[in-house]
Amino acid sequence: MSATGKRILWTTALAAIVCVAIGLYIGLYLVNVPGSSAAVQTSSGTNLYLATVPAAALNDPHPTWVSYYAVDAGATNWRHVTTYTVPANTLVHVTIYNFDSPSGLRNPWFGQSSGTVGGVMTLDGKTMKGIDPDNASHVFSIPQIGLVIPLDGIAATAKNPCSNAPCSLSNNHTTTTFTFRTPGKGLYRWQCFVPCAAGYIAGFGGPMQTVGYMDGFIKVV
Amino acid sequence: MEETHHWRNIVVLWLVASLIMTPIVIFVIGPGLPPGNGSVEASGQVTDNTVLLATATPVALAVLVYIAYACWAFRERTPEVVLDGPAIRGNSSVQFWWLIVTTTLVLFLAGYGTVRLLADGSGGGQGPNPIAVPSAPNGGKPLVVQVVAQQWQFNYRFPGYGGFETNQIELPENTLVQFNVTSLDVIHSFWAYELGVKADANPGVNNVAYVTTKGPLLFHVRCAELCGVWHGYMFDQGRVVPKAQFAAWIVQQKTKFAPATKTLPPYSKTYFPQPLRRGG
Amino acid sequence: MSAIAMSVPAGRRTGWRKLIGFNMLTGIVLGIGGWYLGHFIGDHLSGAGLAYYSAEAGENDIAIFLGYLLGVVGFLVGLGFANYPIRRLLGHPPALAEHESEAEGLFRYFTLNTDHKVVAKQYMVGIGLFFFVAGLNAMLIRTELLQPNVHVFGANQYLTLVGLHGAMMMGTMTSGILGPFAQWAVPLMIGSRRMAFPRIESFTFWLLMAGEVILLTTIFFGGFQTGWTGYQPLGAQGTAGYDAYIGFFALVGLSMCLFGFNLIATITVMRGRGMTWSRLPIFVWAAYATAWLMLLAAPMLIAALLMGASDRTLQTAFYIPGQGGSAYLFQNLFWVFGHPEVYILALPGMGIVLELMVVFARKPLWGYRLAVAGMLGISFLSWFVWQHHLFVSGINADLRPFYMLSTELISLPTGFIFLCAMGTLWRGRIRFTVPMLFCLGWMFNFLWGGISGVFVSDVPSDVTTHGSFFVMAHFHYTIMGGLIFAFFAAIYYWVPKMYGYNLNERLGKIHFWTLFIFFNSTFAPLFALGFMGMPRRVVTYNAAWQGLNDWVSISAYCIGLSMLVFLFNVVWSLAIKREPAPINPWNSKSIEWTLPTPVPVHDFDKLPVFDADPYPYGVEPVPAGAPAYAPAGGTA
Repeated sequence: MSATGKRILWTTALAAIVCVAIGLYIGLYLVNVPGSSAAVQTSSGTNLYLATVPAAALNDPHPTWVSYYAVDAGATNWRHVTTYTVPANTLVHVTIYNFDSPSGLRNPWFGQSSGTVGGVMTLDGKTMKGIDPDNASHVFSIPQIGLVIPLDGIAATAKNPCSNAPCSLSNNHTTTTFTFRTPGKGLYRWQCFVPCAAGYIAGFGGPMQTVGYMDGFIKVV
Repeated sequence: MEETHHWRNIVVLWLVASLIMTPIVIFVIGPGLPPGNGSVEASGQVTDNTVLLATATPVALAVLVYIAYACWAFRERTPEVVLDGPAIRGNSSVQFWWLIVTTTLVLFLAGYGTVRLLADGSGGGQGPNPIAVPSAPNGGKPLVVQVVAQQWQFNYRFPGYGGFETNQIELPENTLVQFNVTSLDVIHSFWAYELGVKADANPGVNNVAYVTTKGPLLFHVRCAELCGVWHGYMFDQGRVVPKAQFAAWIVQQKTKFAPATKTLPPYSKTYFPQPLRRGG
Repeated sequence: MSAIAMSVPAGRRTGWRKLIGFNMLTGIVLGIGGWYLGHFIGDHLSGAGLAYYSAEAGENDIAIFLGYLLGVVGFLVGLGFANYPIRRLLGHPPALAEHESEAEGLFRYFTLNTDHKVVAKQYMVGIGLFFFVAGLNAMLIRTELLQPNVHVFGANQYLTLVGLHGAMMMGTMTSGILGPFAQWAVPLMIGSRRMAFPRIESFTFWLLMAGEVILLTTIFFGGFQTGWTGYQPLGAQGTAGYDAYIGFFALVGLSMCLFGFNLIATITVMRGRGMTWSRLPIFVWAAYATAWLMLLAAPMLIAALLMGASDRTLQTAFYIPGQGGSAYLFQNLFWVFGHPEVYILALPGMGIVLELMVVFARKPLWGYRLAVAGMLGISFLSWFVWQHHLFVSGINADLRPFYMLSTELISLPTGFIFLCAMGTLWRGRIRFTVPMLFCLGWMFNFLWGGISGVFVSDVPSDVTTHGSFFVMAHFHYTIMGGLIFAFFAAIYYWVPKMYGYNLNERLGKIHFWTLFIFFNSTFAPLFALGFMGMPRRVVTYNAAWQGLNDWVSISAYCIGLSMLVFLFNVVWSLAIKREPAPINPWNSKSIEWTLPTPVPVHDFDKLPVFDADPYPYGVEPVPAGAPAYAPAGGTA
């Protein structure tokens, strides 16, 4: 093969390798986009079941990070997703099982529930307007529609705490339920407001800044 | 002389272009410049932007006209032979006048900007010790609203009404408002676009910005300093409303958030909330 | 590997034996070893408190920093940078020998080489590579911004893309013109055979490469969420991806500092006979003015970052309010570096444009002393303006008029540069070659960059535009429309001499026109978006702005296509077609064009003696193709 021909061959090969490398590079970014889960329709209306845990599953990329999970009514089916699809202009009933202990709120304002029907929430069966800010473990909030729900932490004396997801309802937990009316179609985001990212300065790093753990999207369709 | 002929052409072209463009800038584009006339300070910024643009127009045109003309008039017409141009190494008169004119322009702009800034603060955050305090429309003291920025939501605290905190903002019309902007965690920036207000929320710092509202208005609040993953989603909408409506809104918000207000720390210009330590 | 194989000098070994010894491969191997060693030490450092935090977070920042540190040390030792210091410590006399005798072969580009022309080419390829990676990131950013409510990337990934684009561009392009072109041309222009410190020259290149690799590892640690400015305390909150950012910028800072030091020493001490300060070519003056900024500003950055690293590992609280620290501290330290940094980016571009316009207008530089005053004036004034990044941050309100004035004053020396460029065009004989087109494009773009700078330097106007896309448009016009256009001008101008092959002129013109049109089409609307209220670094925006954002994104893809034209031109012309270039294709009267192509390792057979100003244009006509500058004979 002529010298020029050889050079063309080498150059083409190198170019192909570069294209593959670019593809891999872009893929690195796309691979971490978290999945989504839909609210379920039952006889009592539209329901969404979530859970918060002190540490994600042992086979998770971050097994020490706090996280939200999508579950079912009996907390038996655990999916590690934080995008929740709900129908528009509908009353949605949300149940959150919290298996984590308190961290305390940075801004006690988030200890009051708001944005729900009647502005109230139910904690372990009792209707309340909020919790003690120092006892907050996590918060479920959709700032764009003014929804704030503080989640009470499990007691310090709990005998059977859950260590990693998936947990079961036999572990110590608090159950918070609330109903809110979804807005029109669109993409909204939700977040936690408790500095619960243990090991990070100000408790707001790591899981608190990572979609898929303590942040996510609400897709209203 | 050949030289005068080029010089004259350029000046004529520039004059014509400037005489056409500068009035267009001042009268057509000017009134549409941001941030609009939603507040006294915003209108001041519009005037300032118009002055800047009107000054920049002839300057930019001078450079553009010159380059375009030079590229046409002085292009090499016989590319086969490499010929040198005249060995002109400078012209002290041109340099002198350029220096004088540009210095004058710059000093004028800096002076005008300072005058405009010191008149009413231009809606910008002035730190804990502001030096440009606009006067209230009807005398009296300003309405103090504390903007508490946190990751990733703006809350508003009204010290004059019992120190309650809410996540919505309404302001009365024709009022001098004093924003005390602070942060609970990282650096954010409170940008109320139509009001012409921007003040960084720095943790541990009280950043004061003034705005004098005019008539009823819908304004958009956005965070203007990267503060983490939801920076792009940290926005809000606020309203300027008649005074009676504002008073009613205050009462409604105060009642709604009374439980939360009981748990809040006392109103203070800065907060160092716990937990802020490393760890859970 | 037998003793015989090792005793043959590296340059003359054949086959796989060439790989044994001190080179990039050894560096990579030792670097990886150093990474694991650092991790091992970090993981076993005692301290119950440390163990608790790293266990909770699932990462150990001390291990990561030590890993980076020992990895870089291993990399540099593997390249051979420890050899000469150790030899000197053992008593050997000073010598300049590193691979300098290797005049041929691709292999010398992967080693510590003390030939300034080789280091220049290493820089060109290294910088080019990371320039394109960062440019790819920009394409991805614009892909995300096509729709406000559909997110292609996760919200964290998007911020990492933004941060990587910014950090990689800023860190890479600070040496963008000086690295390839000052190192190649400045010694030749001043009549020297080398830079003052050739090993340091090579060191700055390999430091930069190590830093870039560290920056890319951020993806594996969760990225960093702070953008290229790395603001605290947001940075302190982050995952270990922020450690990569610190590592990268610290190494870039060190590289910049040493590079500036080398340039200053070279220009001050190594000038040839008769090369007085008043005969220096303007590009050398630009390099000199920039070098002072590099030398003095980079340490501020390194200090600021070191304190950030300390906050994240040793539990200090330099930047953590509530524990005695201050977020202002980082902002001020960073911008004291950051503002001279942007003039480090702009000044070399100005030097290139003035230097090249002389050749293509075929007249001496108009207003030489004014141009030098402009360069030095910008360099000096750039120290006094940094708080204009903090106008609405709550700084002492009394300071703002001062910084407004000082920032507006910088437009004066910048104006001198424009005047000198315009004066050089006056009654010239302008040839619209590809380098000249890029120089003219520089003038157009930097004009808008400069004028928009006047807007943001004015405090009332800045209240609206700070933190918005207007600022983005301003600095992209000055840095990309300015520096990058000058970068391409320099490439098209000097590549025929550096590599000995012509670049295709038609493709060059297509590259210029497509880049110019689509660059303006991409960034001009951003002024409007900023004026309309769109903040920077956002993953979503007001739906009303989608049309404009889509226009911008598509134009950005076209910029990418334009760059592909350039890449194709480079690969085709330099690797495949290889049409030999004439000795002086531009009929330049600058001294480097009197040397043969390729330039021999020792540059000059006889060191030149200078007796005239650097721009002897405007004399009798010269037949095309003949060298126009004959160095006066003299002693070597």
